[in-house]
Amino acid sequence: MTRLFWRRFLGAPRTRAGMAVLAVLVVLALIAPWFGTSPWNMVAAPLIDPLTQWHHPLGTDMLGRDVLTGLVWSTRASLAVGLAATAATLMIGTVIGVLAGWFGGWLDDLLMRVTELFQTIPQFALAVVIAAVLGTSLNSTVTAIAIVSWPVVARVVRGEFLSLAQREFILAAHMVGQRPFTIVFRQLLPHALSPVAVLGSLMVGNAILTESALSFLGLGDPGLMSWGFMIGAARNMIREHWWLSVWPGLAIVVTVLAINLVGEGLRQALAVSQPTWRGGR
Amino acid sequence: MSMDIKAPLLSIEHLTLALPGGADRPHAVRDISLKLEHGEVLCLVGESGSGKSMLAGAVTGLLPHGAHRQTGRIVFRGEDLTQRSASAMREIRGRDISMIFQEPMSALNPLQTIGSQIEETMRVHGVLARRHERSARAARVVELLELVGLPQPEWLRHAYPFSLSGGQRQRVLIAIALVLEPSLLIADEPTTALDVTTQAKILELIRQVQRKRHMGILFITHDFGVVAEIADRVAVLERGVLVEYGEAHQVLNHPRHPYTRRLIDAIPHGRFHGRPIADDIPVLLDVQGLKKAYPAREASSFAFWRQRATVPALSDVSFTLRRGETLGVVGESGSGKSTLARALLRFSRVESGHIRFEGQDFAHLANKTLRPLRRHIQMVFQDPVASLNSKQTVGQIIAAGPIAYGVPPAQAYRDARDLLTLIGLPEQAAERYPHQFSGGQRQRISIARALALEPKILVADEAVSGLDVSVQAHVLELLQTIQQKMGMALIFITHDLRVAAQICHRIVVMRAGQIVETGEVAQILESSQHPYTQQLIGAIPGRQSQRGERTNAATERACSVVTLDEQRIR
Repeated sequence: MTRLFWRRFLGAPRTRAGMAVLAVLVVLALIAPWFGTSPWNMVAAPLIDPLTQWHHPLGTDMLGRDVLTGLVWSTRASLAVGLAATAATLMIGTVIGVLAGWFGGWLDDLLMRVTELFQTIPQFALAVVIAAVLGTSLNSTVTAIAIVSWPVVARVVRGEFLSLAQREFILAAHMVGQRPFTIVFRQLLPHALSPVAVLGSLMVGNAILTESALSFLGLGDPGLMSWGFMIGAARNMIREHWWLSVWPGLAIVVTVLAINLVGEGLRQALAVSQPTWRGGR
Repeated sequence: MSMDIKAPLLSIEHLTLALPGGADRPHAVRDISLKLEHGEVLCLVGESGSGKSMLAGAVTGLLPHGAHRQTGRIVFRGEDLTQRSASAMREIRGRDISMIFQEPMSALNPLQTIGSQIEETMRVHGVLARRHERSARAARVVELLELVGLPQPEWLRHAYPFSLSGGQRQRVLIAIALVLEPSLLIADEPTTALDVTTQAKILELIRQVQRKRHMGILFITHDFGVVAEIADRVAVLERGVLVEYGEAHQVLNHPRHPYTRRLIDAIPHGRFHGRPIADDIPVLLDVQGLKKAYPAREASSFAFWRQRATVPALSDVSFTLRRGETLGVVGESGSGKSTLARALLRFSRVESGHIRFEGQDFAHLANKTLRPLRRHIQMVFQDPVASLNSKQTVGQIIAAGPIAYGVPPAQAYRDARDLLTLIGLPEQAAERYPHQFSGGQRQRISIARALALEPKILVADEAVSGLDVSVQAHVLELLQTIQQKMGMALIFITHDLRVAAQICHRIVVMRAGQIVETGEVAQILESSQHPYTQQLIGAIPGRQSQRGERTNAATERACSVVTLDEQRIR
């Protein structure tokens, strides 16, 4: 089954394309210092046009900072925020979903009402408020994103648990005397995690977008160069020096697209993770 | 009904169907030649994978993706169908050749009314399709619903499939198949998913309609009991090869090919060979006065719904089970037998009553106290697909129980391999996943999982109903052998009295949540007291039945009406 899954997953051209882009981004994030020790250093004259100087292929910004260096360093920030926020989101969402789906009753009611409360508030507005309250730091950005994104995960996990709980193989697990803890972790979670994995992969893209938007508004970590920050900083001169916004914008588009391609590939591979049973009795 | 009697209705000549690469054999069927005369029932018999459904697919032009005709002709009323284009086949399908499928539960669209699904065939073929013919169309629907013996056809026309039982849905599907008076009806295992009494009724309906309309029927089945009920001629397929072909009585009484003989022998014979259980053997399980009702829905305006919702699942069910005894629980779907199984396993709680096992009352123990005792009662589930975790290896599935009771994992996995040998699978099966096995093999795995805990009672809930008759025979044999070897008691739940009679010491017959009769097998079969039990016995397929002498009045009437209407419909 797992071999079939990998074949379906990696066999799709779209997954491969997405993976290739992500691999390049990861490498860039790792070798960022090679492009320049810090993206904040003012290394040349301000506002050099792109593709005019060999040392600054994408030009410099209004303070004479190298745009390419900034882009590459931002990759670190974006990937880190995307992964950390998604991990936190999945953690919160899964725990709450499992509790609600497994115990049911009043706990389910309580948790689902809280979930709905979060779902009724527009996500980004809430993220802005949380980021503003917690102060501008990497941690607060990650926290803000996690707090606004977990309800979807919780709902999916809970739904999976409810529909799986009555399936015969779960009854059989009770029958052979497995403890609730074992049933949750060995029987239910492996099944519930397939849709969660898909959801999570798509969430990384979302988290990167949210981070960019927060940074654009000046609510990101001021010590961290990120694509959103770059666009935000360049917005005053978008008419005279539009490329300053275009480069980080393109970077966001390509990254999120690659992540979504991989997520979609994952979804399709998991959708039919085993050959359908041909029951011609 | 004057048709050209000289040419056969359908003649298949040297047909070979190729399977896509990677299948278990190159051809679905190889060099098959068959003839079906007007007004004749030809039974196509074979196990799963014998190619019988493929053959039907070829006739209707609905082969699954990847399979294709290699050689041969399919001549229907003198015309070679293989020369027709896909769109020309569409014209024939539903009008001259129509089909009934195996799964009545999934063959109807849940979002459309019964009436509109019957009308659809008319609309597609442009019969009574115009706007002003709406009332004629509706009348035709009512007529057909009456023909197939459904109550309140006016109501039913506006009803949705969910309010019908499996047998009723199959009747609707037959109605749909009959809309345009086809001359050939292909029935692909139409009764396999139904319980025995419903099966008997549906078979009778098909037979009646066939005689009235002088249709040819290509009837696909794996069950020779059904063949004996309905066939004029029989063709037996083994892995795509026609091994026997002849008149029904000849094939049934004097089968020539060993494969045919094997299939006929696999029909449950209903004769019990075993030592009776002595009266002084201690009672192991004492069930007293179990009661459970499912919450009734809000009264709806629809009659079917209301009737079903008010039936209590269990009312005052009591019985005892002795050590080493096999007790059969027999009843139709909805009789409460599965609810009983769930109550015994404590998957759900009962409202009142006692389940006493070794001094403990299972019905009212707290979950924590119950868990260590669960190992004594184990179950084999009905659905061989849903009852095994698809993400675990067979070894993990079987070893889970012993590990939960503290057996070291290494030891548990070793034992799991031994169990696999015991149930007739290779040891290497432990590393594979459930989907790599056939239905019968999965049921064996399910049995191994139950046996791993060395239970004192094994509950088998319709454990063989989903299997081919021949596979069913093997699994029954396995259950019996194991029971004798391990000396446990067995509660065997089934809708099939033949099967129960074959392996059970005693039988309880359930209906609508109540036990209507209890007794030794011989006593039940030979001198049953309750009319319901007699009805169950009468439904057993393959008992030399009086062919189609019974006709109900509605069928009689509707058939004559329809015949008069023929010209209008064509």
